[in-house]
Amino acid sequence: MEPIISVNNVSMRFNLATEKVDSLKEYFIKLTKGSLKFEEFWALNDVSIEVMPGDFYGLVGLNGSGKSTLLKTIAGVLKPTKGSVTVRGTIAPLIELGAGFDMDLTARENIYLNGAVLGFSKKFMDEHFQEIVDFSELHNFLDVPLKNYSSGMVARIAFAIATVTDPDILIADEVLAVGDYTFQQKCEKRMKQLIDNGTTVLFVSHSIEQVKSLCNKATWLEHGKIIMSGDAQTVCDEYSKRY
Amino acid sequence: MKTKINTFWRYRFLLSNLIGRDLKIKYRRSKLGIRWSVLNPLLMMLVMTAVFSAFFRFDIPNYPVYLLSGNLLFTFFNDSTNAAMGSVLYSAPLIKKVYVPKYIFPLEKSCFSFINLLFSMVALLVVMILTRQQFHASIIAAIIPMFFMFLFCMGIGLFLSAAAIYFRDVMHFWTVIVMALNYATPIFYPESIWNGTFMMYAGRINPLYWYVSTFRGCIIDGVFPSGLQIALCAIFALISIVVGARLFRKTQDNFILYI
Ligand SMILES: Nc1ncnc2c1ncn2[C@@H]1O[C@H](COP(=O)(O)OP(=O)(O)O)[C@@H](O)[C@H]1O
Ligand SMILES: [Mg+2]
Repeated sequence: MEPIISVNNVSMRFNLATEKVDSLKEYFIKLTKGSLKFEEFWALNDVSIEVMPGDFYGLVGLNGSGKSTLLKTIAGVLKPTKGSVTVRGTIAPLIELGAGFDMDLTARENIYLNGAVLGFSKKFMDEHFQEIVDFSELHNFLDVPLKNYSSGMVARIAFAIATVTDPDILIADEVLAVGDYTFQQKCEKRMKQLIDNGTTVLFVSHSIEQVKSLCNKATWLEHGKIIMSGDAQTVCDEYSKRY
Repeated sequence: MKTKINTFWRYRFLLSNLIGRDLKIKYRRSKLGIRWSVLNPLLMMLVMTAVFSAFFRFDIPNYPVYLLSGNLLFTFFNDSTNAAMGSVLYSAPLIKKVYVPKYIFPLEKSCFSFINLLFSMVALLVVMILTRQQFHASIIAAIIPMFFMFLFCMGIGLFLSAAAIYFRDVMHFWTVIVMALNYATPIFYPESIWNGTFMMYAGRINPLYWYVSTFRGCIIDGVFPSGLQIALCAIFALISIVVGARLFRKTQDNFILYI
């Protein structure tokens, strides 16, 4: 069977300009003086993983270890500096919920806008509008500007829109950390439902217990390098031993 | 190429949604709403006509129509290029989180400004009727210079939106360039004042000169665009699109590291 996601020797460099150069004049002065310095920072260093169809794949690691960066290269948000990423299927990215929401627009307008951001058509959104409204339980306030909503409510709408398709791959980056307990339960249920329909999941959570109970495979990242990859139980146990 | 067209097709709903959002935000809070895009140029034209007929004596038959037609196109040039220039920077929060084709943002601003231009054409019609400007069949052909100018501005928008990410002061440069172009294009003065100066030649290098004069030919003089005019309008648009799209494509993968 072909892997649904292959990440091949991916490295990702961010330029942290030691001094911010954002005017032409500064640029030329620095260039002629030879003092144009960038501090190179590798957020990912030669990372390779393979995800098979149907996997529930976890990423563990401390804050800043590069988990979100890896997910973003897979989702196509970031282009790797070195290496390549191959994805065979459609992705529903739950990386930062509510990307593209405009707080001045109403909930109804935002549902359409966010759907468009995710590449859905108008027809598709018309067909699934009710489903999204039902899942996020916002029936009465559809025409109220989003700024009047709680952040939990916004997350709920965002989750509902992103999972309204049956994607081949679901990328979930600490999504179960937002919202209240009942909402988290609901999200978990929806994710399980997607998996039953054959969706592959890439999952990041700060709770190692959650990774252990949900995932079958896992990778442990530290400072952008892979420490360990394999069976979720083994990786999580080793990780818990360390921290 | 085929996948690119597919991607664009997939995101067309995003394009229309963003345009819709801009229209809503622009007109939601004002009582007169969309009518402002007609009223605004009308009032501007009144002020400018008053000013220029008081200070200068230009030998132009229907000065209000002459001025307004030039001014509408120039305003479109100014609005669309400036809006496109900041569009990618402004969309940084979105670009950092989800994959969307980034050219959507400058493209959207060009389309939005063009829609505003179409609305404000109503103002031109009103002034034409009030000043008893004769209507010619060639008025239909005015869409030709408008269309090529739209492409021309779109190319510049792509170029500027990419350049502004690396050098924010491109924005300041552009303000100066637009101002210079405003004076270098016959908007409020007749082309005849160039006679005997270097502008007789230099003025004709300016693409805006061709868009404005071709447009006025159709509206005021009742002449259809000549082959030369169409060719030049098209060539400037093509160069602009090719250069703009190239720069944009070459640099887009690194945008996210600078925004
Ligand atoms: N756009 C960026 N520019 C510069 N540095 C970044 C950028 N995005 C992430 N980083 C850095 O890369 C490292 C990894 O970040 P991230 O992938 O978000 O870690 P995690 O999700 O594991 O907490 C961090 O040190 C972060 O500061
Ligand atoms: Mg993270």
